[in-house]
Amino acid sequence: MSSVRALTALARTLKPLDAYVLGLGDDALVSSHRLSEWLTRAPDLEEEVALANVALDQLGQARFLLGYAGRSSGLTEDELAYQRTDREYRNCLLVELPNGDFAHTILRLLFFSAYQRQLYTTLSESTDGELAGFAKKACVEVDYHYEYAASWTLRLGDGTEESHDRAVAALAELWPYTAELFAGDDLVTALAAEGLVPDPERIQGSWMEQVTSILAEATLGTAPSGTWRPGGGRNGVHTEALSYLLAEMQSVHRAHPGASW
Amino acid sequence: MTASEQQGLDLWEVFVRARRGLSHQHVGSLHAPDAEVALRRARDLYTRRGEGVSIWVVPAGAVSASDPGEKEPYFTPARDKDYRYPTYYELPREVRGL
Repeated sequence: MSSVRALTALARTLKPLDAYVLGLGDDALVSSHRLSEWLTRAPDLEEEVALANVALDQLGQARFLLGYAGRSSGLTEDELAYQRTDREYRNCLLVELPNGDFAHTILRLLFFSAYQRQLYTTLSESTDGELAGFAKKACVEVDYHYEYAASWTLRLGDGTEESHDRAVAALAELWPYTAELFAGDDLVTALAAEGLVPDPERIQGSWMEQVTSILAEATLGTAPSGTWRPGGGRNGVHTEALSYLLAEMQSVHRAHPGASW
Repeated sequence: MTASEQQGLDLWEVFVRARRGLSHQHVGSLHAPDAEVALRRARDLYTRRGEGVSIWVVPAGAVSASDPGEKEPYFTPARDKDYRYPTYYELPREVRGL
C-alpha cells in the first residue's frame, strides 16, 4: 500500500518532462548496476575493466538525469536512486533482466546502446538547452558502448559453435523486450510534439536498421518474429528481477540512512 | 601456462602518445586475442583519463629485448669518454632553457 501511495505522490509531483527524464535516468542506472555485477566475474581482467567503464559512463548519465528529474521537486539524485521502491522505478524491462551469460549481456548492451544512440542524437537537438547539452556529451560515450557491443556480437555470432548458439539464445530471449523502448504514451507524444524529446517512432526505424544489419553480419539471422512484447516498466510494473536488484543496490543506504563518507 | 594463455590470449605491449609532438611511450601490457581487441582494451585500461591521442599495440613476442646478463657491456656509463658529452659548447644565452 505504502509504495502505491508513494508512486502516486511521485507521479503528482513530477512535471511531464521530469517524469520522462526520470525514465531515461532509471534506464541508465539499472543498466549500469547490471554491468557492474560482472566485476570479479568477467571472462578476464581486461574485459572486466571494459564492462566497468561502460557501467561508469552510464552511472554518470544516470546522475545527471536523476538530478535533472528531481530538481524542481526538491528531490536529490540519491533520494531518487535509494528511496524509491520497484513500483516507483520507470526503467524499461530490458535493462533489469538478469545478466545471464556473456552473450546475453552483450546483446542487451547492443540493443540498449543502439537505442541510447538514436535517443541522445535526437535529444541533442531538444528545445531544452540543458538536456540538449547533456545528450551531446553522452553521444560520444554511447557511440563507444555501441562499437564495443557490436564488435563482440560479431565475434560471438560468427565465432565458435557454442558462442553462436549462446548468442542465438540471447537474441531469442531479449528481442521481445526491445519493443518497450519505442512504445510511446500520451506523455511522450505531448513532449515530442513540443520538440522537447525524441518521437519514439522516429528513432525506431534507424534503430531497427542498425541492429538488424549487425545481427545479419554476425550470422544471427533476422530479428525473431513473435507477438509477445512485454512492457509496463515505464508505469512501474516490473519483473521480479528489479526488486532483487534494488534490494542489493539500496541495502547500504537503508541500513545507514543519510550516511556519507 | 597461465589462464590467459590457455584461452589463447596473447600478450600485447601498449604504447601511448600523450599529445601531438611527443613520441609514444610504453605504458604497460595486456592480454587480448587479436590487435583490434588489444587496441580497445588499451583504450579502456590506459587512456580513460585523457592520457593520450594515439595508441600502438605490439605483440609482446615481436619485441626483442637486450639480455639482462649483458648489462655491463651494453650499459656501462662512458663517463671517462667525455668527448661523448657535449659539455664544451658555450650555449648562446637565447637557448638557456635547453
